[in-house]
Amino acid sequence: MSQSYRYVLGSKTYQFRDLAELMAKATPHRSGDRLAGVIALSAEERAVAQMTLAEVPLKTFLNDALVPYEQDEITRLIMDEHDAEAFAPIAHLTVGDFRNWLLSDYATPEVLRSVRLGITPEMAAAVSKIMRNQDLILVAKKCHVTTAFRNTIGLPGHLSTRLQPNHPTDDVNGIAASILDGLLYGNGDAVIGINPATDNVSQAIKLMKLMGEVIEKYEIPTQSCVLTHVTNTIECIEAGAPVDLVFQSIGGTEATNSSFGFNLNTLAEAREAALSLKRGSVGDNVMYFETGQGSALSANAHHGLDQQTCEARAYAVARKFKPLLVNTVVGFIGPEYLFDGKEITRAGLEDHFCGKLLGVPMGCDVCYTNHAEADQNDMDNLLTLLGVAGCSFVMGIPGSDDIMLNYQTTSFHDALYVRRVLGSRPAPEFEQWLTRMQIMRDADRHILHEALPEPFARSLKALPGGRA
Amino acid sequence: MSERKPESDTAAKPASSVEQHVQNGKVVENPWRRLREFTDARIGLGRAGISLPTSEMLAFQLSHAQARDAVHFPLDVEALCTELTGLNRLPSGPVLRLHSQAEDRVSYLQRPDLGRLLDDASREQLIGLPTASAAAKTDLAIVIVDGLSSLAVQQNAAAFLSPLLDLLQAEQEPWSLAPITVVEQGRVAVGDDIGELLNARAVLLLIGERPGLSSPDSLGLYLTWDARPGLNDAARNCISNVRPAGLAYSEAARRVLYLLREARRLKLSGVKLKDRTEDDVIEHGGGKNFLISE
Repeated sequence: MSQSYRYVLGSKTYQFRDLAELMAKATPHRSGDRLAGVIALSAEERAVAQMTLAEVPLKTFLNDALVPYEQDEITRLIMDEHDAEAFAPIAHLTVGDFRNWLLSDYATPEVLRSVRLGITPEMAAAVSKIMRNQDLILVAKKCHVTTAFRNTIGLPGHLSTRLQPNHPTDDVNGIAASILDGLLYGNGDAVIGINPATDNVSQAIKLMKLMGEVIEKYEIPTQSCVLTHVTNTIECIEAGAPVDLVFQSIGGTEATNSSFGFNLNTLAEAREAALSLKRGSVGDNVMYFETGQGSALSANAHHGLDQQTCEARAYAVARKFKPLLVNTVVGFIGPEYLFDGKEITRAGLEDHFCGKLLGVPMGCDVCYTNHAEADQNDMDNLLTLLGVAGCSFVMGIPGSDDIMLNYQTTSFHDALYVRRVLGSRPAPEFEQWLTRMQIMRDADRHILHEALPEPFARSLKALPGGRA
Repeated sequence: MSERKPESDTAAKPASSVEQHVQNGKVVENPWRRLREFTDARIGLGRAGISLPTSEMLAFQLSHAQARDAVHFPLDVEALCTELTGLNRLPSGPVLRLHSQAEDRVSYLQRPDLGRLLDDASREQLIGLPTASAAAKTDLAIVIVDGLSSLAVQQNAAAFLSPLLDLLQAEQEPWSLAPITVVEQGRVAVGDDIGELLNARAVLLLIGERPGLSSPDSLGLYLTWDARPGLNDAARNCISNVRPAGLAYSEAARRVLYLLREARRLKLSGVKLKDRTEDDVIEHGGGKNFLISE
């Protein structure tokens, strides 16, 4: 029951075929929407689409499914689990009113939490399209999403990091060297997470054991994850491997996820398996999801939608499985989807806002590839903006250089920079550990010890050659 | 205004503390930097406060600059052709210069679909060749594509082809070769068009890979049996990271020969053609890392 939309501007009449086209044309410029052929054809058309979208009632999104209900299990998830009671206070609003309401003094963190399950991904995407960057930051900062496993992620005033010790051949000492570097720079409270160079079950188990042993020996209040396919992780659990978090890349349409080789049942099965291990000490959020604008188009599974709307729908998948962490890998996909620093920055802020509004523990891989028009300064800017917005976590990698995946993300140093300028802190349990281990000398001022902490010095001395 | 005291007097206490801070403002080195023997990751960089020391910051900028140049510097096709012509055992006839439908780099980066298609002039050039209309198929077409790193192609393409052509020449069952083609602003799938137009059984495509910060010169090799438009990457076999600091030319040539033989025997390429020369599980001595070895 899709309707068309029109807007009369002076002597010109703009027509939008349906809600999907209106959403796409209202989206701030990005190369992926041009590649998909859904982008506004002029700046004026985009501005008019935004004005038209602002008049659309939020209720429309409950009646007009952008991807047909019969064809897509994610549409069914969104519609079937919509909470009408939570929606009631905002049910009378248009998209434009919704922006005003979100920015209003009335929309406190408690109020925003109470309407969360009444907001669909499409509503979040729609309102984000008519919000400026400062609006996305201001509202996201009011949306508090807290999760826990061996520590607590997402408390206001805190910023965690995923320690990403990737190595092109999964060399155990090479990985351990990057883990050590990260820990000694105060990183790794969100997760220690490895992208394996060779993606199979036995390799994953080897890496899980490696991280499990390090976490146990040094009593680190954090969790590990091998970023392998969800079906591999299920097999790892069956084989008795020490699985903390289950990983999966997810998209916002059923067809995208089929191309990734899983569906919602697979995720449910994996979550149950991980919960059965009871490895969390302060909470039971056991899932780690990664997303990113452009994945649906890349899998030719976008149903004519713009890439940001597809992305927001992925957060409905995430929300269903109560993850510890959700990471939008914003600049990894390349310039055919997000061309330059400006587009990457905008997408990062949109994803963080939509995720938080929907109640997802959103972090961001602030990153770029060498064929994108972006550099370290763009990453500094986005990192700072996300820090201000209350982003749950970012990546930490030695010197910003991922030597396995060949892209640049935020470094261990970057995390300390943003913590220091914004006064944000690691997860509380992890911060205590940093102080106890004599890694952090002054947690309030983010000052590190200069000497190598004794337990780590011992491990270095034990190396062949015994050099200290 | 109060009377000034001699400088040495006033400065005594505060100056020593400032002096101390000046001294302590130097870079903090990381003693674990020697763990770089285990990894190329940028560990143990040290710090100025909590920030990157100047030398490390500038070293990173240099690496990024090199990777950027690899993407944006156009391939010097003239120089490449001269180098190719100097190779032994080259197929007869000139090297053919082709272009994709992506006009320039900006269009290439934003429209991967255009980089997968030959432009009209290039198609006509191939259609006019005698091989294209010959009754018998040629065994192999070698296609060289700039891809995302002209540097990779410029530095490694001819150097890799030299040992490969020697190996092919030494084969008992001979390999007939189509004219070598060089494509500007091309993606991997452009080889499908070329393979079909050249009437070749197999296409071996050499392409500049997306440059990494520490590997701006990485050459990728793609083998496609029975190449024709509409194939996806599941129909290809890939060998990556061919460069002096990565996979050596002779080893890459050996692997390609293995894949070519198997492709000809099985009449296919891609996921059903397994490269048995690689191990599935990467094993390292011992298995315990230094952090838990005590």
